[in-house]
Amino acid sequence: MKDEVTREERLDNLKGMGCSRKRVEDARFTQGKGNYVDDIKLDGMLFGDFVRTPYAHARIKNIDTSAAMQVPGVLAVLTAADLEPLGLHWMPTLAGDKQMVLADGKVLFQGQEVAFVVAEDRYAAADGIEAVEVDYEDLPVIVDPFESLQSDVVLREDLVAEDGSIPDGAHGPRTHPNHIFTWEAGDKQTTEEVLANAEIVAEESMYYHRTHPCPLETCGCVASMDKVNGKLTLWGTFQAPHAIRTVVSLISGIEEHNIRVISPDIGGGFGNKVGAYPGYVCSVVASIVTGKPVKWIEDRMDNLISTAFARDYWMKGRISATKEGKITGLHCHVTADHGGFDACADPTKFPAGFMNICTGSYDIPTAYLEVDGVYTNKAPGGVSYRCSFRVTEAVYFIERMIEVLAIKLNMDAAELRRVNFIRKEQFPYKAALGWEYDSGDYHTAWDKALKTVDYDGLRAEQAQRIEDFKAGKTRKLMGIGLSFFTEIVGAGPVKNCDILGLGMFDSCEIRIHPTGSAIARLGTISQGQGHATTFAQILASEIGLPADSITIEEGDTDTAPYGLGTYGSRSTPVAGAATAMAGRKIRAKAQMIAAYLLEVHDNDVEFDVDRFVVKGAPERFKTMKEVAFAAYNQAIPGIEPGLEAVSYYDPPNMTYPFGAYVCVMDIDVDTGVPDIRRFYALDDCGTRINPMIIEGQVHGGLTEALAVALGQEIAYDDMGNVKTGTLMDFFLPTAWEVPNYETDYTVTPSPHHPIGAKGVGESPHVGGVPCFSNAVQDAFRAFGNTHTNMPHDHWRIWKTANELGLHG
Amino acid sequence: MIPAAFEYYRPKDMAGVLSLLEQHGDDARVMAGGHSLIPMMKLRMAEVPHLIDLQDVGGMSDIDIDADSIRIGAMVTQADIIDHADLADVAPILREAALQIADPQVRYMGTVGGNVANGDPGNDMPGLMQCLDAQFTLVGSGGERSVRARAFYEAAYMTAREDDEVLTAVKIPLPEGGYAYEKQKRKIGDYATAAAAVQIVNDGGTCAAASIAMTNLSDTPIYSEAAGAALVGTSVDDAAIKTAVAAMLGDIDPSEDNRGPVAFKKHVAGVILRRTIERAWSRA
Ligand SMILES: Cc1cc2nc3c(=O)[nH]c(=O)nc-3n(C[C@H](O)[C@H](O)[C@H](O)COP(=O)(O)OP(=O)(O)OC[C@H]3O[C@@H](n4cnc5c(N)ncnc54)[C@H](O)[C@@H]3O)c2cc1C
Repeated sequence: MKDEVTREERLDNLKGMGCSRKRVEDARFTQGKGNYVDDIKLDGMLFGDFVRTPYAHARIKNIDTSAAMQVPGVLAVLTAADLEPLGLHWMPTLAGDKQMVLADGKVLFQGQEVAFVVAEDRYAAADGIEAVEVDYEDLPVIVDPFESLQSDVVLREDLVAEDGSIPDGAHGPRTHPNHIFTWEAGDKQTTEEVLANAEIVAEESMYYHRTHPCPLETCGCVASMDKVNGKLTLWGTFQAPHAIRTVVSLISGIEEHNIRVISPDIGGGFGNKVGAYPGYVCSVVASIVTGKPVKWIEDRMDNLISTAFARDYWMKGRISATKEGKITGLHCHVTADHGGFDACADPTKFPAGFMNICTGSYDIPTAYLEVDGVYTNKAPGGVSYRCSFRVTEAVYFIERMIEVLAIKLNMDAAELRRVNFIRKEQFPYKAALGWEYDSGDYHTAWDKALKTVDYDGLRAEQAQRIEDFKAGKTRKLMGIGLSFFTEIVGAGPVKNCDILGLGMFDSCEIRIHPTGSAIARLGTISQGQGHATTFAQILASEIGLPADSITIEEGDTDTAPYGLGTYGSRSTPVAGAATAMAGRKIRAKAQMIAAYLLEVHDNDVEFDVDRFVVKGAPERFKTMKEVAFAAYNQAIPGIEPGLEAVSYYDPPNMTYPFGAYVCVMDIDVDTGVPDIRRFYALDDCGTRINPMIIEGQVHGGLTEALAVALGQEIAYDDMGNVKTGTLMDFFLPTAWEVPNYETDYTVTPSPHHPIGAKGVGESPHVGGVPCFSNAVQDAFRAFGNTHTNMPHDHWRIWKTANELGLHG
Repeated sequence: MIPAAFEYYRPKDMAGVLSLLEQHGDDARVMAGGHSLIPMMKLRMAEVPHLIDLQDVGGMSDIDIDADSIRIGAMVTQADIIDHADLADVAPILREAALQIADPQVRYMGTVGGNVANGDPGNDMPGLMQCLDAQFTLVGSGGERSVRARAFYEAAYMTAREDDEVLTAVKIPLPEGGYAYEKQKRKIGDYATAAAAVQIVNDGGTCAAASIAMTNLSDTPIYSEAAGAALVGTSVDDAAIKTAVAAMLGDIDPSEDNRGPVAFKKHVAGVILRRTIERAWSRA
């Protein structure tokens, strides 16, 4: 048999790893043919919605639902009293705390769920909500975590013993009724000694403000209890459908096999859709009570004020160095505002997430981190908004501390970074706070970035600008923002990563069809990341069938293998690895079949792109397609029919993507308006599966970084009212506000990942926030600025200029 | 964010509108593009048991330009303003301002009439119309009357329009001289932190007339007669602009919101006005 097709063409035909395969999802998304939760319509479906408290802290004296029950179309109004007999008026949080499903005697934050109105449609539900009368008695409101730790006002009476003592929490001893945990990493005593004896110490306090992931699609679900067969089907915007199934089973007592959780298309998650919300529980209960399917969909305000926020970290740092700029020690203390319930989504052993990656990309021999979690009258959450657990906070912290240290040393901040980077030959590198970085080549990336942007030229231009400004020739200052980040993603090794006891492995199950196409199902769930495209590419390269012949399916717990879902850039590092491993199992069996068909020994054939070839006789081969057919239809001695494989992958380590970003910004000193002139982003995510998707992820992550750095916040007034509860005030950038991004890369594969990929979806956010912020701060460095807090909206930038006396 | 139940009407002529308004009084409201009203209803900040859609009432969608004035029908959209070449010739400030309102999607729906009748201090067109000394035509059961934009605004959402009147058109004397509309906002689709409309006449290097109005810096738009007067007779030099800015700052009364505190808004208002004057003067 003569092979007409060249090897090159066969490779192209696969559309495997490394090519910019077009996203297969986009055909339906761009034509409005996606299928989101709110698109689900079932016969007789009801609609549920919440009465929410306008008060941030109040006792509930009475709830009168009688008028609401008279509203046409309203069928039921659930309160905590109705849920209590079922034991469902409270639910466990991912952080080991518990949270009220419906207000049980009091409310702890504005927007908290008080009653659930079930009606024939959402209009009737909205009218029903208006008719529920709740009698509140004001309680003193605490929105400041420092005040909270001093206050006599107890937010969580349920966490204080009858004799007034304070029982331990899920993460150990608590020092005050409003204190949640203290978590530490590193060596306190040595760090204090190093700092005390250092030649140079720089200190800074910074507030990483509260913000919100704000996915385009809000959270929601449809619960349908089939009373005949006892099966509960729950469609929802879940970033972790299997975990939701297990949690629902544990708290409801419904056996897990009787629960089917389905995440259909999801319109963005960014961490917001990891946790469990009262809406899920109430919908399930309402469906059980009414015997009908019940839908619950948040509106934008509900989403912004009540579902999981991000950040809200008060960080205090001290960093020490030699006069030459070699960093010797780092101390970080965080006061973490968790709101009314501790509902952070972190691996159980890490109540402050991976904040202990805060030594960043630098070889810092000694470090200590201490985090205090605190209750306040704000919404619960604390999720990783487009980052691995608390990594954005960690990277912001260290990238600001580096800048502050550079000022103290009167040194160029790019040079200070270069001097302190972990060197290539130090990998795998054991950091002072415990992590083992898998691989990196920071100097190469940094040099490439600085060279591309002509860093020296930029600094010269900036110096000239400062002269001109001082001479009254311009009112615009120029800021050069630098950041170098190391992410820690791919949670994670089951030995130290679990959520509520569920190990954070992931999975892939592959079935090859007789005619040489395939379906692969994973334990993850895309929310826009393009899994159906990239995972098929991984498989194409591993098993030699074209990506276009491979269907990727996720999100249905009845069909997909168990996995922990998608967040924290874990899909490629964990499920991507499972995919490759399952593919290799397929290949191993296929090799035996091919050898049988070619009548040679197993070891005498080798895999080549899309076929098995007899070693030394390339004209003798069997394609994967032929093998697939034979696997099902030919009796092969000693080999079971069929071609399927499943792999559960427990990663040996996390992966550590990194990158080098530079932002050039012009700032109008008189109005506080920043203008981003240039943004350069170099990402190293190890092996690159689909460059186009990487670029898309980088653009998206940078845009969310711009949002957070320049204006996006959940702000509260002293009474605990959310001031930014609509998109009028909550900054969501549009194409207009976003600059052109220049993307670039280096490739340093992960040594422990089967295909060397590290994950990329969140890197640009992690690296982008400090880069934008540093640009603003750098613009004012020559005039005495060391640090100002984000978000750098117009008025805060103006205020900085004003306080530095730049308004004459 | 679901509005309370309401009755929806779509009368075919003005008589139908007026009789509904008469019948339901306070409980009825007309709707033009709906891009201010519907959000308010969804937030349940406006309760409108009887909603009268003006869409099918004819005669309010034209832009007529004659020798000395422009008539813009109330239902002309912001997008229509932007697309109208003749209008851009005779009154380019309208286009410059309209382009700074919201985003294209909103501008396809939002009307001139709705924008000026709404009475929201954040709307851009009221200040613009004060700068241009426009007249609003109001039609009610008692007939038609005309009110100057400069006398129309009483407080936030309070205007000289009676509940049973419909604003049918805006009449603008043909503007003269240089123009500029400047607006500082946090993002596309945002109302102004500060915005200024300036129309200015240059007579051989001396300012012969100047009209200045500010947006979102008080609970109404602010026509600052004193600021305009400060420029007249000068060469619009630095000193004159300073005086004009000071006069304007005396007329505005901003309040703190998420955009920033009063001191910031006043400062920005001054900077924006200076830039607007300079740009308008450079075109005069
Ligand atoms: C996201 C967004 C951003 C926006 N940004 C801006 C902005 O930057 N600047 C700006 O100026 N506007 C902005 N707007 C408002 C927009 O321009 C509105 O369309 C405009 O304010 C009202 O016009 P409308 O035709 O939609 O009026 P409607 O919403 O239909 O009506 C508004 C009010 O005016 C009354 N009304 C309408 N027409 C008449 C009439 N002919 N006679 C009497 N009363 C009438 C209505 O009863 C109602 O009370 C924004 C709106 C949105 C949704």
